[in-house]
Amino acid sequence: MIAEAGHYALVLALALALIQSTVPVLGARLRDPALMSVARSSAIGQLLFAAAAFAALVTLHVTSDFSVVNVFENSHSLKPMIYKITGVWGNHEGSMLLWVSILALFGGLVAVFGNNLPLSLRAHVLAVQAWIASAFYLFILITSNPFLRIANPPLEGRDLNPILQDIGLAVHPPMLYLGYVGFSISFSFAIAALLEGRIDAAWARWVRPWTLVAWIFLTLGIAMGSYWAYYELGWGGWWFWDPVENASLMPWLAGTALLHSALVMEKRNALKVWTILLSILTFSLSLLGTFLVRSGVLTSVHAFATDPTRGVFILLILCLFIGGSLTLFAGRASTLKQGGLFAPISREGALVLNNLFLTTACATVFVGTLYPLALEVLTGAKISVGAPFFNLTFGPLFFPLLVAVPFGPMLAWKRGDLLGAAQRLLAAGVAALVVTALVWAWTRGGSALAPLAIGLAVFVIAGAISDLVERTGLFRMPLAIAMQRTRGLPRSVWGSAFAHAGLGVALIGIVCETTWNSEYIATMRPNDVARLAGYELKLDGLSSQQGPNFREMTAAFTVSSDGERIAAMTPSKRNFTTRAMSTTEAALLTRGFSQLYISLGDTTAEGAIAVRIYHKPLVLLIWLGPVLMAFGGLMSLSDRRLRVGAPKPAKALRGLQAAE
Amino acid sequence: MTRKQRKLTIIGGALAVLAVAVGLVLNALRDSIVFFSTPTMVAEKHVAPGTRFRLGGLVQPGSLVRGDNLAVTFEVADGGAKLPVAFTGILPDLFREGQGIVAEGALDASGTFKADTVLAKHDETYMPKDVADALKKQGYWKDNGGARPDANLKPSAASTETRAAAGAVQGASQ
Repeated sequence: MIAEAGHYALVLALALALIQSTVPVLGARLRDPALMSVARSSAIGQLLFAAAAFAALVTLHVTSDFSVVNVFENSHSLKPMIYKITGVWGNHEGSMLLWVSILALFGGLVAVFGNNLPLSLRAHVLAVQAWIASAFYLFILITSNPFLRIANPPLEGRDLNPILQDIGLAVHPPMLYLGYVGFSISFSFAIAALLEGRIDAAWARWVRPWTLVAWIFLTLGIAMGSYWAYYELGWGGWWFWDPVENASLMPWLAGTALLHSALVMEKRNALKVWTILLSILTFSLSLLGTFLVRSGVLTSVHAFATDPTRGVFILLILCLFIGGSLTLFAGRASTLKQGGLFAPISREGALVLNNLFLTTACATVFVGTLYPLALEVLTGAKISVGAPFFNLTFGPLFFPLLVAVPFGPMLAWKRGDLLGAAQRLLAAGVAALVVTALVWAWTRGGSALAPLAIGLAVFVIAGAISDLVERTGLFRMPLAIAMQRTRGLPRSVWGSAFAHAGLGVALIGIVCETTWNSEYIATMRPNDVARLAGYELKLDGLSSQQGPNFREMTAAFTVSSDGERIAAMTPSKRNFTTRAMSTTEAALLTRGFSQLYISLGDTTAEGAIAVRIYHKPLVLLIWLGPVLMAFGGLMSLSDRRLRVGAPKPAKALRGLQAAE
Repeated sequence: MTRKQRKLTIIGGALAVLAVAVGLVLNALRDSIVFFSTPTMVAEKHVAPGTRFRLGGLVQPGSLVRGDNLAVTFEVADGGAKLPVAFTGILPDLFREGQGIVAEGALDASGTFKADTVLAKHDETYMPKDVADALKKQGYWKDNGGARPDANLKPSAASTETRAAAGAVQGASQ
């Protein structure tokens, strides 16, 4: 009953989305406010029905209704409750349902909070949103219905893939989707602007908060996924340049560029055409990511060819939206009026540079991700493009970008003073050089690259601090005035300082982890001691337990340093009987920002066990950086200019003017 | 500066960065790409010792020998040919005799494949993509996919979440 209700709710959501796709556009043509307002109510209705469908699937999973294929294939009655819920989106059908639900959520939010948008703009935005939604509702209903029943219901389910039975899965995909799908809003705004043939600074003010929200979630989602891979896979790696990861990195790079170019548009009414293009590209890359992950093309090009329904369907959606929007862009972009002038050395110029490097870096990731697929389809040759490729392309492009980051906020709009900015960054530069020299001396003349990269990171962080110091007048003015200025500083200034510093923090973590990571791999017997990075790790013994749906073998380690006991660590290996799979549960010991990491291998016949121990210096900074970036985004989001005043239309009746 | 000059500066800068990027990409594509081979392809093509490539196939049952200090040797077969593989390190969780693996490394002078990474990339049927494709092409693919309780069910393509994770499940010696 619940499954059928969920299915029906999904069909109703599709029906509403179809209404929302057409009626408001018609209303905008006819300048009929009533028809245009249909967008709002249908978007809210669509959200309710999509949420109902999602709630239905959650209920089915929670109650372990194995008469539903999706539940049978991905759940098990003994599975802990939290994983019964998170298992809803741990599979193709459920995760697509989550995707459209979030799409409906964003549409609903625009409908609710978009009251101050010009009526025709809101109608167009919500209509475009509904075009996307309709396509994906159709995709789910036709190829990936999560509510299908089994004729002869089995008694027990096949369980969720054990690797996915982890709290990281509870948070990572929803976050990532909030990011991916969040970019649909800026896409819809861009298409609406092209349809209306009008775009101005106010447009950027409406779009920026939505982009910022999506970007914050995507940042956190990527960081979360990386941390999850780090502790769950037992290999100690945190980024593999896997196509699935690249699929989320590309929209992030484009989205970061979009955030910055929207800033230029908002403040200076320039870069309009480019901002529109970036909005389209960012969401196109989100769609591409969805295609790569959901079509099965990554698992096998051949699987894609033999079971084409899903892949071809998403590919069609992809072509329709990317092709359609780019065609519209090509046709209409020239009609958008060009905006303000600026010198190459200026805040705008710096932001253009930022965009240039971010989009180029994004393009190299794009090539590295799709080239093997294209080559295999065209020639049948199989190649793998791995970390070396990305280190050789992505790295050199990010280097100049990071050098430029501290200069950007120091330059004035329209015409900047590079020399003045350099003078104000003198302290940061000196700090960077000192740190580089210190690190280089401390590592006794090893590779010069790592100390330089650390110096660069320090430059970025110190540059962000210098910007704050400059603006508040700290050290230059009496403390009281500086404090007053600090309080008066716009939150967006704090936001960008935090986000930029986060970049530097993440870089320090990345460099330290990759350069000075130490490792110990051996077979150990009880009472053996491993020595690594000044720690002694003694294997006390092995034991086994029974978990809810797995058997577990645990190794007990005592960690000590200089003969003093610090902590116990208990890595384990879990064997999931239903799927006959085992997972490695690594044990992590955090010391400051560094971590000790133990994962287990196979046991040998003599009762010894293969053990892999890592010491990862400052590894936590890798994820602290993105958290700081997201926090910066949040601060920026709370800036009063995004809440107050801005979204008022310049003319009261704008909403009733002609659509073009 | 006139509007035109400013525009040209920006366009020039953009082209310069793009040119650098294209150069980097081409250079990286030349140097850092690793080709995939099966034992049969290795036997046919006479791959030179020292050339890095990825070897994919099934672990020959009964061939796994564990030596001292985590050294292992095993054979990788694809139905047509077999190739001995030497590896030192911890094998991935999903490494089992009879199952598909992908190893990265190079042949030594004696014709043994010295692997520095062993990947057990897998989908739900525990078969790395490259291996499955190669085996299918050669007709050694048995599409039973393990015990499926309900034959009416489509094999779900749902393992992409797993891929993100398990795509990287690997054993590395360094």
